Amino acid sequence: MDFRFSAEEEAFRREVREWLQREIPPRWAELDPGLWEETDESWALLRQFQRKLAQKGWLAPAYPKQYGGSEMGHIRRLILAEELYYHRAPVGIEWEISVNWVGGAVLLFGTEMQKKKYLTEVARGESSFCLGYSEPNSGSDLASIQTRAVEDGDSWVINGQKTWCSFAHYANYCWLGARTDPSAPKHRGISMFIIDMKAPGITVKPLMNILNQHSFNEVFLDDVRVPKEALVGERNSGWYQLAMALDYERSLIGTAAGNQRLIEDLIQYAKRSGTGGGGDPLTNDALAELVVENEVLRMMCYRIAWMYTKGLHPSYESSMSLLFSSQLLRQIAEVGMRLLGHYGELSQDSALAVDKARIMRTFLSCISIGVGGGTNEIQRNIVAMRGLGLPRQQ
Amino acid sequence: MDFGLTDEQEMLRSSARTFLQKECPKKLARQLDESDTGYSPELWRKMSDLGWMGLPFPSKYDGGDGSFLDLVVLLDAMGYNVVPGPFFSTVVLGGLTVLAAGNEAQQMEILPGVCAGNVRLTLALTEPGARYDAASVMTTAMSRDGKYVISGTKLFVPDANVADYLLCVARTRRTGKPENGITIFLVDPKGPGVRCTLLKTLARDKQCEVVLDNVTVPRENVVGQLHQGWPVIQGVLEKARVAKCAEMVGGAQASLDMAVAYAKERVQFNRPIGSFQAIQHYCASMVSDVDGSRFITYKAAWKVSEGLPAAMDVAIAKAWTGQAYGRVTLLAHQIFGAIGFTMDHDMHLYYRRAKAADIMFGDSAAQRAVVARQLGL
Repeated sequence: MDFRFSAEEEAFRREVREWLQREIPPRWAELDPGLWEETDESWALLRQFQRKLAQKGWLAPAYPKQYGGSEMGHIRRLILAEELYYHRAPVGIEWEISVNWVGGAVLLFGTEMQKKKYLTEVARGESSFCLGYSEPNSGSDLASIQTRAVEDGDSWVINGQKTWCSFAHYANYCWLGARTDPSAPKHRGISMFIIDMKAPGITVKPLMNILNQHSFNEVFLDDVRVPKEALVGERNSGWYQLAMALDYERSLIGTAAGNQRLIEDLIQYAKRSGTGGGGDPLTNDALAELVVENEVLRMMCYRIAWMYTKGLHPSYESSMSLLFSSQLLRQIAEVGMRLLGHYGELSQDSALAVDKARIMRTFLSCISIGVGGGTNEIQRNIVAMRGLGLPRQQ
Repeated sequence: MDFGLTDEQEMLRSSARTFLQKECPKKLARQLDESDTGYSPELWRKMSDLGWMGLPFPSKYDGGDGSFLDLVVLLDAMGYNVVPGPFFSTVVLGGLTVLAAGNEAQQMEILPGVCAGNVRLTLALTEPGARYDAASVMTTAMSRDGKYVISGTKLFVPDANVADYLLCVARTRRTGKPENGITIFLVDPKGPGVRCTLLKTLARDKQCEVVLDNVTVPRENVVGQLHQGWPVIQGVLEKARVAKCAEMVGGAQASLDMAVAYAKERVQFNRPIGSFQAIQHYCASMVSDVDGSRFITYKAAWKVSEGLPAAMDVAIAKAWTGQAYGRVTLLAHQIFGAIGFTMDHDMHLYYRRAKAADIMFGDSAAQRAVVARQLGL
């Protein structure tokens, strides 16, 4: 056992930290968009910043070199993720989607040509993906998706409707699940595609999220014709590929560092306002508990990163980590709101708001973490069935 | 970054599990819980033959030269199997104190006996105030004619009833900061003026009240420096907290394994109850508590083992694990239903110990207070 980062890894962390402190645009810090709060302006900054990261070889640090990566390994990827989250760098959830979730799956299942094209574009910060998973009638029961892909000569023709597609209005591509064999059992008739969002027949309509921001979209696919090569991996085994991508989605290895920043801010606030320290023992206890819980989460994240270094694929481990993370973020928001009292109610544009109303925004955005990538209940199902081998629910 | 155990540690863990399954059946644990001594000389002998008592001690005392992390691996396995007896008191509370602060003569007198399984120790620290801070040490040791006369009441002293030596923490100076006037003494629990009474407790562990009434000990019985005992105790408590966490990790894992096995085989409504979502979700919560406890405990153990500053990590581990073990046993009980509410069932062995372990060496709230102080709150 060894829970230390090597001297080289610590030096790398310092390098990343110094670079971020220098390179994060002041305008980004001013806009300060949280999860699911991108605007046209912040999105542009984010794309620019990602290209800068890419030039350092830090956007896709674990990708093989032939696909634009820098082969720095998963511990450096962990360090990068932590620092990006801690410093609230302009990478957004979009970085996770494109590089880590979709990219991770393409790396496993893509053809040489697909890997060359998509991974390289993503690693350079040139392209971004959105996810075409959920449908109006397929949420937790994701395998019931009805979007159809029918083979027609040299192409596939896709019809259907996707929803909760984050940043589809900006994305270049969609990583999309569609039914290719309606007669097969639902898990065995799905295939995965990468489709160009500019393809004729695609309509993107905004859905305003709980923060009253435009991050989600509905995506309508009306006779969308894509080439044969849009299929990723084996036909009809898409459920497996999708599940692997979801495992990546659930292993947000940098998330404890983001929490740490939130908790540190709360501790500073408690000290400043006099509620912490000698002020209120309940506040001290609540804040200490957040620190305790976050260290447990950190170890869950590190375990996942360590599994990657061993060539192991985290499965129930990711679900457990996401579940834990969602509960903790809600707890942080709750403690924060309690600590701030009325001040916690003030919105970002109020002059009296504390730290740009971050806690209130977290109070709203934290709802997504226990839902996106599978609800907490789905994560528990996975831990129980995949992790413990409990019998299938009937 | 490495979450794996070494091959030797894996071997220690699996051989300990196998040995205990055979040699320490739950029936024995139950019998010993009900006995006054709380330990089995035969099992004790076999454990010492395996080198368990000597594991963390240097080979010059016939020890195994193992690391603290090795000891934690062993305690994890012991917690899995609920092994009654004064192992923890002897090796962790007593042995590590003597190793940390004892002089050569004291170490030579005591440690080979510990390693051979002939000597049992414990730490007499807490008092009626039931706290683990320096100010709560009120028992006095007065210097008189080149000797020390100790008077006071030590309460919740584990395994004093079978100990050959007490490491008794007493106040030798009343002025100044409370932590600057504490000294550790070797005391013969069977000597004149010492009265030891067994307490009846929730976990049926053998905690005692030890009343010291003008107990005279020679100056050679001072362990470590005069007045300088508190930093030693802090170091021992740090190790004891992690060691207790290790037992809890094992116990929590056992509770989970038992409950999952039962959920797979118990049939109601014509199907295994483990196919019900409610039961599955309980199990999922337990996994998160068990794995979380393990990582956070082993991280703290690794830090202690490496001699790195670990105050924060230890407090975090104890704060989390104490509560997590409790939650795990409660959910396991829920899965077992009525059968778990019987003395014949094993579950209560864990449920009782979970609460006792949380309280021992400062409960979760006390540990969070340590965390808060470390944060400057």
